[in-house]
Amino acid sequence: MTELPLIGEAIAVAAEPRLAGARIGVVTFPGTLDDRDAARAVRLAGGTPVPLWHADNALGDVDAVVIPGGFSYGDYLRAGAIARFAPLMSKIIDAANSDARLPVLGICNGFQILTESHLLPGSMIKNDHLKFMCRDQVLRVENNSTDWTLDYEAGQEITVPLKNQDGQYIADEKTLDALEAEGRVVFRYVGFNPNGSRRDIAGISNAAGNVVGLMPHPEHAVEVGYGPESLDGIGGSDTDGLAFFTSVLNKIVGANK
Amino acid sequence: MPRIVVDVMPKPEILDPQGKAIVGALPRLGFTSFSSVRQGKRFELTVDGEVTDAILAQAREAAETLLSNPVIEDVVNVEVVEA
Repeated sequence: MTELPLIGEAIAVAAEPRLAGARIGVVTFPGTLDDRDAARAVRLAGGTPVPLWHADNALGDVDAVVIPGGFSYGDYLRAGAIARFAPLMSKIIDAANSDARLPVLGICNGFQILTESHLLPGSMIKNDHLKFMCRDQVLRVENNSTDWTLDYEAGQEITVPLKNQDGQYIADEKTLDALEAEGRVVFRYVGFNPNGSRRDIAGISNAAGNVVGLMPHPEHAVEVGYGPESLDGIGGSDTDGLAFFTSVLNKIVGANK
Repeated sequence: MPRIVVDVMPKPEILDPQGKAIVGALPRLGFTSFSSVRQGKRFELTVDGEVTDAILAQAREAAETLLSNPVIEDVVNVEVVEA
């Protein structure tokens, strides 16, 4: 029988020392839940996580930003609607749209914040079945040329946890057609659409590919023994989310394949 | 104190999952006359003093930028209600 690693024993998976110079900011809003997991994912991938506070007026010296999941401002008004106007968000929006094209990843509530910020098109509404859903979800990587998917194979299927109530991605037909035509559908649900999202869309990018948002949680699938379970209880899909973070770290240090 | 009332509704072409759940529940209570329900939001903005055109314009702008998301919602009404 294969032994699972003990809590705290996990080490960075093939982390390379030269990645440690890459600094990834992780934003915390009131009500954010997954900032620590996102920071841990950055560290396990070999990078240096930098905590960022929503009320800060400067981004500081970061090479990329993760907007993690949770319930910023209790999802009051609309999910992500109030967080979008936090002082730090305007800095992130400017940096993402600048010539430097700061890489930004929005996960779950972070994705909702990115659509409310108009960095990504469309919006999320309540799941079509109206229930909170938590499951291990298979996704297909439809575009492996964004800053956050370079280390995946095109068409690769990965399994990461999904957990949300307002996860139904919607946009008008014209926007959906444009997203498809421009290759900006980055992830699609495979086998089961968990929330009624249009065209099985799980994640999208902006035109430049530096801003990516998705509803499922790659930062919860970065450590052997703690991600989605595989049949033999080890390896398999439980680190499928790690390549989000190695992708951007390798991009920052100029080392993608 | 006068208030400015802002009403926001989901866009007609967007399925309203909450409205759908409500219309499913109504017949269970014997309310069988309603074929559809759509759920919106009402905001009441209280103004200290008189509602000027400038303040009303601010309310309209707030309605379009923060109180509603134009991708999924329409501002269907902005009106002044005297207390």
